[in-house]
Amino acid sequence: MEIKIITTPLNEEVIKGLKAGDKVFMSGYIYTARDAAHKRFIDTLERGEELPLDIKGQVIYYCGPSPAPPGKVIGACGPTTSSRMDAYAPKLIALGLKGMIGKGKRSQPVKDAISQYNAVYFGATGGAGALLSKSVKSSEVVAYEDLGPEAVVKLYVDKMPLFVINDIYGNDLYEMGTAQYRR
Amino acid sequence: MREIHTDQIISALEGLFIDANINLSQFVLDAFNRAIDREESPVSKEVLRELITNAEIANKENIPICQDTGLAVTFLEIGQDVHIVGENLEDAVAEGVRRAYKKGYLRKSCCDPFTRKNTGDNTPPIIHIKIVPGDRIRIVVLPKGGGSENYGEVRMLVPSQGKEGVKSFVLEMVKKGGPNPCPPIIVGVGIGGNFETSALLSKEALMVPFGERNNDPVMAELEEELLEEINKTGIGPQGYGGTVTALDVHVKSMPCHLASLPVAVNIQCHAHRIKETIL
Ligand code: SF4
Repeated sequence: MEIKIITTPLNEEVIKGLKAGDKVFMSGYIYTARDAAHKRFIDTLERGEELPLDIKGQVIYYCGPSPAPPGKVIGACGPTTSSRMDAYAPKLIALGLKGMIGKGKRSQPVKDAISQYNAVYFGATGGAGALLSKSVKSSEVVAYEDLGPEAVVKLYVDKMPLFVINDIYGNDLYEMGTAQYRR
Repeated sequence: MREIHTDQIISALEGLFIDANINLSQFVLDAFNRAIDREESPVSKEVLRELITNAEIANKENIPICQDTGLAVTFLEIGQDVHIVGENLEDAVAEGVRRAYKKGYLRKSCCDPFTRKNTGDNTPPIIHIKIVPGDRIRIVVLPKGGGSENYGEVRMLVPSQGKEGVKSFVLEMVKKGGPNPCPPIIVGVGIGGNFETSALLSKEALMVPFGERNNDPVMAELEEELLEEINKTGIGPQGYGGTVTALDVHVKSMPCHLASLPVAVNIQCHAHRIKETIL
């Protein structure tokens, strides 16, 4: 199938060209953050402080990798279930976050924020942790080191294989796909 | 009486958990290939191809198939003519798990239920022991991730709900999970026994080889019907829509109380990591 090549940070032009069901290869810097890091992001914002990274135009990957074996950049690094981040995501999207990578359905408020602020939700294949690790070229902890596997890690990815799930036009691959093949 | 030293059990478990997490069994790869032929959605065919490439990379690079290397579920079938020597058996199993998760660079995913503090070495494992005839020990390991385990449930049905009740419960669970348990899934259904036995039966059902049917024709028919109906939900690989939502469905059953119909559903993801050995 046709593959769209995109690079981060994501600009409006690229985002407008993405439709639910597209396969993309993403290259550039992305940031891992899951449950605990998201909670800290929101606590930080509520205290009126600055986030440890400027999320404008950036992409967050919901991921908690397995330990990197010696000589490797990262261990297996597939996505975790995104819905646990649903409570926090709309706020980050409103602040300029442009992309999220994970697995599983998003809540209506997240989908609404995606359409309202022009963001995209990408699916990485759950359980394809070895495949996804091959696209990670560098990894560096940039915040919350004390959280161990849940720390915020800046990854440089090269042609990370993803599918567009929620686009800015209100499409949802999970709903479209299931409806199309339901018998 | 045949003596088996716990050192043998420790090293067997160390090897099995690393092997299970890194090398996907050929029978699972074969099932992916058959699924590619059956799958109608081009997007989902692509997902299935990714799963095959993923398994090849894991094997070649010696890294886990999936980062969630699971809780260490261990089944021990111990021959009644075996005498285990060495240390306490449960400690030995835990030691095997500890070594595997350290040496294999597997993720430690075991934590306190409330504080969520990681136990640090993926112990304690989940151990199921059965005493069987003979003088050998069969060890089966089934490291199980959280994503798929979260969509299991035990439900005490009313006996009059019968087979239809079981079917609608299973379908409800599959639909509730949707993309989250990483389809294509394998569905284990435990019917009968009591509350806890049904759950164990559902987990044991996941260990039945693909394509094998229950000896009881009624249960075999239930397996076939469930598989067909699950694949009609349209969920498909990764939930992206498609015709292969489940690779197989297995039912295990046993008699139950006059007043009950216990049913358990346990869902396994496509990262079906299972390895065994006999000592
Ligand atoms: S459900 Fe299975 S394949 Fe998916 S992330 Fe969890 S362990 Fe991995």
